[in-house]
Amino acid sequence: MINFVELWVYLSGSPLLWLTATLVVYIAADAISVALRRHPLANPVLMAVAFLSVILLATGTQFPTYFAGAQFVHFLLGPATVALAIPLVRYLPDVRRTLVPMLTALIVGSVTAITSAVLLAKLFGLDRGAMLALAPKSSTAAIAMGIAEKTGADPSLTAVLVILTGISGAIIVTPLMNVLRLKNYAARGFAAGLTSHGIGTARAFQVDPLAGTFAGIGLGLNGLLTALLVPLLLPWLLD
Amino acid sequence: MITALATLLVSQLAGEALVRLVSLPIPGPVVGMILLFVVMLTRTPLPPALGETADGLLRHLSLLFVPAGTGVIQHLDRFGTNAVRLVAVVVLATAITLAVTALVFEFAARWMRQ
Repeated sequence: MINFVELWVYLSGSPLLWLTATLVVYIAADAISVALRRHPLANPVLMAVAFLSVILLATGTQFPTYFAGAQFVHFLLGPATVALAIPLVRYLPDVRRTLVPMLTALIVGSVTAITSAVLLAKLFGLDRGAMLALAPKSSTAAIAMGIAEKTGADPSLTAVLVILTGISGAIIVTPLMNVLRLKNYAARGFAAGLTSHGIGTARAFQVDPLAGTFAGIGLGLNGLLTALLVPLLLPWLLD
Repeated sequence: MITALATLLVSQLAGEALVRLVSLPIPGPVVGMILLFVVMLTRTPLPPALGETADGLLRHLSLLFVPAGTGVIQHLDRFGTNAVRLVAVVVLATAITLAVTALVFEFAARWMRQ
């Protein structure tokens, strides 16, 4: 028995265990998602995060220990962002043709993302701290954290809200677009990326490569615009 | 595949360096994406290995959010007594933004076609 304890103590402290756990849990979550024919509710990110959180809680593992292994996966977010250039080159004619609708949707969508979050928070009687953290929630995590630093929002609360926006958008987007009878994958994908950054983009790539490409553009452009708009709109919205 | 991975990393590194040098309010990888895009515009057809590596990474983009997602769940206590209201605001604002963005895109595209 003591050997098992020693083995656990050794393995649980090494990056190998938690890197492997991240991959295996994701493969299982993705298999469930495929088995349910990519049903929006069976979101692989949400399922994998839930399973891993239960495992960490059950084994009493601290997050830094887990992240020592998982960081190798996390690191790939950078190269994956760069890789979005490839579908952009491939679909360049489609992108060119839709430049005007895309930029119009970008401006309206970006303003809507910020104002709807802050005004709903006001309506629901949430405090100023919550409104500051909600404002940049549609932008990608790195940009949202930069904005939070400038506006003085709580960084951890901002990060939670960003991830929650990603997961809820990835779940809502397909049924919502079907209700709206929107069949244009460029419009659907662009909305997913603009609203729910990388997690929405991951969902769009699961559905259709053209949707994924437009989601990638939406994520990039809205990141930039949100960084510009939040400082401009906040004083006016908080009034 | 190694050349493709190196191409992605070199682009990211150039992006990170540029962001620091000019102090842009944009993440380095986003600038790296723009740089790679500009370079690849002159390269038709795309190098097949780069295409395959990019597709491989993007096919499993969901996986890459798992560590950050797991980390963020540890901070759920930040919601405190506001949990229900915060989740409601996020879900509603997300649905509104999705609908408005997609509808504006679609109507502008139809208007352009006329």
